[in-house]
Amino acid sequence: MSQSTLAIRRISAHAGAAPGENVERDELVCKLIDTTTCIGCKACEVACLEWNGYTFTETVFDNSYQTMPETTWNYWNLIKFNEHEREDGSITLLMRKDQCMHCADPGCLAACPADGAIVQYTNGIVDFQQQNCIGCGYCVSGCPFDIPKFNPTTKKMFKCTLCVDRVSEGLEPACIKSCPTGCLHFGTKDDMKDLAETRAKQLRENYGIEKAGVYDPAGVNGTGVIYVLHDITNPEAYGGLPKNPHVPWVVRIWKGPAKWIGNLAMLGGLLGVTLHYLRYGPKEIDAEKHEGEKP
Amino acid sequence: MELSRRNFLRGALVGGAGISLLGFDLTPAVAQLKELKIARATETRSTCPYCSVSCGVLIYTIGDKAKNVTPQVIHVEGDPDHPINRGTLCPKGASLEQDILNPRRLLKPQVRRPGSDHWEDIAWTQAIDEIAHRTKKIRDETFIEKDPQGRTVNRCESLAWIGGCTDTNEFNYLVVKTMRALGLTYMENQARV
Repeated sequence: MSQSTLAIRRISAHAGAAPGENVERDELVCKLIDTTTCIGCKACEVACLEWNGYTFTETVFDNSYQTMPETTWNYWNLIKFNEHEREDGSITLLMRKDQCMHCADPGCLAACPADGAIVQYTNGIVDFQQQNCIGCGYCVSGCPFDIPKFNPTTKKMFKCTLCVDRVSEGLEPACIKSCPTGCLHFGTKDDMKDLAETRAKQLRENYGIEKAGVYDPAGVNGTGVIYVLHDITNPEAYGGLPKNPHVPWVVRIWKGPAKWIGNLAMLGGLLGVTLHYLRYGPKEIDAEKHEGEKP
Repeated sequence: MELSRRNFLRGALVGGAGISLLGFDLTPAVAQLKELKIARATETRSTCPYCSVSCGVLIYTIGDKAKNVTPQVIHVEGDPDHPINRGTLCPKGASLEQDILNPRRLLKPQVRRPGSDHWEDIAWTQAIDEIAHRTKKIRDETFIEKDPQGRTVNRCESLAWIGGCTDTNEFNYLVVKTMRALGLTYMENQARV
């Protein structure tokens, strides 16, 4: 069987640079999810399970069409159903395909302490390398979308891979292929952005949905999964999509200045010991003071 | 200071060790991917059996079909070249692999007798036998030779036939011939919708 590799743009907790970036022409891949044409059929959920080889787990009915409350380590793709009251008092069902957003500036990768456990390929896909994962779960604290999930059996973290095994061979992700209404699209980031803006304009001008817009949050430098929403001013209505997601400041400080301050302190300690040795020499034991004691 | 061979080697060693400690790493910046599981699989075109839309599907099978090998289905997905669905599938169709692999699927005929509260297993021979006997009995009892106006109609209104969307043209031709021979007028196919 063929084994393929992909060049890396970013790598977690890696000493030294990840020289993948700008080595070759970078084409960012992107998923476009048009929530206005989603019918909530869950074909993407099933296609995801089938492709990734996870068997279905028993679920509990919870007065909602939603399969389960949250994505799990072996259920990476979940349609979130949300009843939403319009301004005129009528009810609508907002449906959003929830999965890894593949941020351009991934918080999980920033927070990860294991060398090479989280990588970002040059095509923008953020992927977990389970053989390097130590199962600490720090990626959860770094993720603004609450996506990485812990597998208690193998003690590793799992999430959507954007079907990197398919994408690297020129196929589209399994969820995209299955979507019967065509609300899912796949292509380069530029093309998807164009398509999304065109659709949002169409919704605003032809359908009178004035607040329609494209969700591509700048707080994480844009994402590899973008949405067309009916109401861009209120993404929280779509099952808790954060309005302005960003990597938590704690993670930023901890992995940025705090790390270097720590390193400097350690280096200073070493330097101090060396200087002390050079200036005062080795410690000599006062023989008189310890007279009579056993060595 | 003159650079002697000894000092040069010493410096190179210490420097190299220091740089390695500080994290200079020549590991190539690539990551291994999960292999494409359908890379060497046989692609077989088929039709989804569930509803009347009859979406085209691709069934991926591993095993090279050598004499002593039993191939194994590993994946099913939509057929992009099929004019109806162009690669897409509904959730039920997307789970088609389970139709072949799931250990909980129905493998033998079952019957639920009148008044019974459960299904019981039945042998194929017995099932076919019972169906044949009932068909004969019901047809004999309810066959209408002439309508109230006295015209010859030769029909059997108490039996009906229903087919599925995976029934082929040839199969349907035979079904219609057989059922018409029995005098059936109520014939329906789910693919008609």
